[in-house]
Amino acid sequence: MKTTYRNAVHDAIADAMRADDRVVLLGEDVGRYGGTYAVSKGMLGEFGPDRIRDTPISELGFVGIGVGAALGGLRPVVEIMTVNFSLLALDQIVNTAAALRHMSNGQFSVPVVIRMATGAGRQLAAQHSHSLENWYAHIPGITVLAPATVADAYGMVRTALTNPDPVVIVEHVGLYNLSADVEAFAPTDISRAALRRNGTDATIIAYGGCVPKALDAADQLAQAGIECDVIDLRVLRPLDDATIMASVAKTHRVVVVDEAWHTGSLAGEISARIVEQAFYELDAPIARVCTAEVPIPYAKHLEEAALPQPDKIVAAARGLFGDREDGTR
Amino acid sequence: MTDAAPGGQERSDPGSVVQPRALLTDMIRVRRMEEKCAEMYSAGKIRGFLHLYVGEEAVAAGSLRVLGADDGVIATYREHAHALLRGIPMTKIMAEMFGKQEGCSGGRGGSMHLFDASRRFYGGNAIVAAGLPLAAGLAFADKQLGRNRVSACYFGEGATAEGAFHETMNMAELWQLPVLFCCENNRYAMGTSIDRELSQVDLVAKAEAYRVPAASADGMDVLDSHAAMQTAVEHIRSHGGPYFLEFRTYRFRPHSMFDPELYRDKAEVAEWRDEHDPIRTFTDRCLEQGWLTAQDVSAIQAAVATEVDDAVAYAEAGTPESVDTLTRDVMTPVSP
Repeated sequence: MKTTYRNAVHDAIADAMRADDRVVLLGEDVGRYGGTYAVSKGMLGEFGPDRIRDTPISELGFVGIGVGAALGGLRPVVEIMTVNFSLLALDQIVNTAAALRHMSNGQFSVPVVIRMATGAGRQLAAQHSHSLENWYAHIPGITVLAPATVADAYGMVRTALTNPDPVVIVEHVGLYNLSADVEAFAPTDISRAALRRNGTDATIIAYGGCVPKALDAADQLAQAGIECDVIDLRVLRPLDDATIMASVAKTHRVVVVDEAWHTGSLAGEISARIVEQAFYELDAPIARVCTAEVPIPYAKHLEEAALPQPDKIVAAARGLFGDREDGTR
Repeated sequence: MTDAAPGGQERSDPGSVVQPRALLTDMIRVRRMEEKCAEMYSAGKIRGFLHLYVGEEAVAAGSLRVLGADDGVIATYREHAHALLRGIPMTKIMAEMFGKQEGCSGGRGGSMHLFDASRRFYGGNAIVAAGLPLAAGLAFADKQLGRNRVSACYFGEGATAEGAFHETMNMAELWQLPVLFCCENNRYAMGTSIDRELSQVDLVAKAEAYRVPAASADGMDVLDSHAAMQTAVEHIRSHGGPYFLEFRTYRFRPHSMFDPELYRDKAEVAEWRDEHDPIRTFTDRCLEQGWLTAQDVSAIQAAVATEVDDAVAYAEAGTPESVDTLTRDVMTPVSP
């Protein structure tokens, strides 16, 4: 069955709502408008306005209501239009949803699923394009998922809705139109990263919107005789160290790709873990391909220049072999 | 305290005689517990932030017993009284403040994070106004699942300056959520007086701007607080939508144990203590009206003194959680 990432998220929510009356969808324009990225298009007709709840533009308020509703026995899916807007709701996510279970000595869990669009590439400029998912991945008490495939776009929502604790799902805006043949949708095992390509010479680690770029780069590198493992992290918290270290032990060279800025990024965290756990496996310094340290600009050429791109990943990988800048060995 | 009846018994019959003994007992329990907390803080037994409720007892005592066991309660970081009057034993509260695992949050929450799932007491929230959307969310779940319950949210007038207040009032009315906003207006947001923090000091008007039905009560008068709460809860149970209730009250002690109180005159505090102490004025009224005798009052005080002593002894005897379980309950354990 050929379908898109957007439809996969839609189907996952719709299937979950059919299976469980406690599942509700809250967010700005999820109902009549059909969702800013058209994920919830058509749901209002099937499930009605009580379960497909259009909210005012009150991110802190409706995320808090989602958290409270989860405490009260519902299974809310809260949609935030972009990760940038989620900053208005950080208090409820970080100070309450993530902390409540530990703070209450295990008395209260918060089974809320918070979905948000993330990332750049659509010329939406500095307040709609950032990748701040590592802010959430910093916080104990929440699980952070970054589906990069059509199958995971479906499966992660279903798995998240069975999770007893808060889950943040970041959906890269560049992936909604991604299309793939999926035989049968199923819940995703969110405990593991996925090896999307098998190689022996270097490991490229990426997540979300950077996974297709990493695969593109790996194709180019293969033509140059460099075969890469491409790891799709899938789960940004907790990180699957085992999959990463197994690959490093095989290839001994690593490029970490992350659409966030270098400073304080997940790419930095992953690099540190590799140094801590697999330092003696490394034959070259870890390379990072992240976003330039600027707010994402509007102009297309500037936006592209700011972001990780396949050619930058290729260059970084070649650099691990001591290649000169012109690519010759 | 056999007459410290659990909340809800009087609610079903609004015309029933208010129990003066129970109301006075509740206020004295809170006052003595809070005074003991201050003493234990000075002794180094309690650490962190400690926000005491002395002066405001009539609000919690008058209001909480109106709620039923099925209703939900969310409070602020000044929530010892609400926890106690919701039914959490004083022993468990004191042990929590001592940081012992026998505490109502296992010693992990402390003064600002008292919890009890069995009593639908959702804390204890140290972020101003954060409880409002949570309470609206509980109410949303109740409405969605067809449960006739009230979610009561306590907060100070300072919270009405937060965006969370305005966002929640709007959605609660828009969606007709059965949430009771209990605003404890003690006239100071930490050290900033109400006229220096709010452009609109008429809080009822502020609620009505969102079309939320609203009323004001004398939060220094336990009977007035009780009656106003009954009206509010009845309104929600019969109409379904939200209600805003302002309790006009006053905090006799500093904001927290770190507050040198540079922002208000000692004379102002003294006047409130001398003229409006909710316990003294209600005690006098009970005696004048013949509701209680001097012996009754003495008996209450003696029983409360014993309860407080027992709470401290329980907390002292409590045990620290092993650091081996430090990370337990960050996430729900996954069954293999």
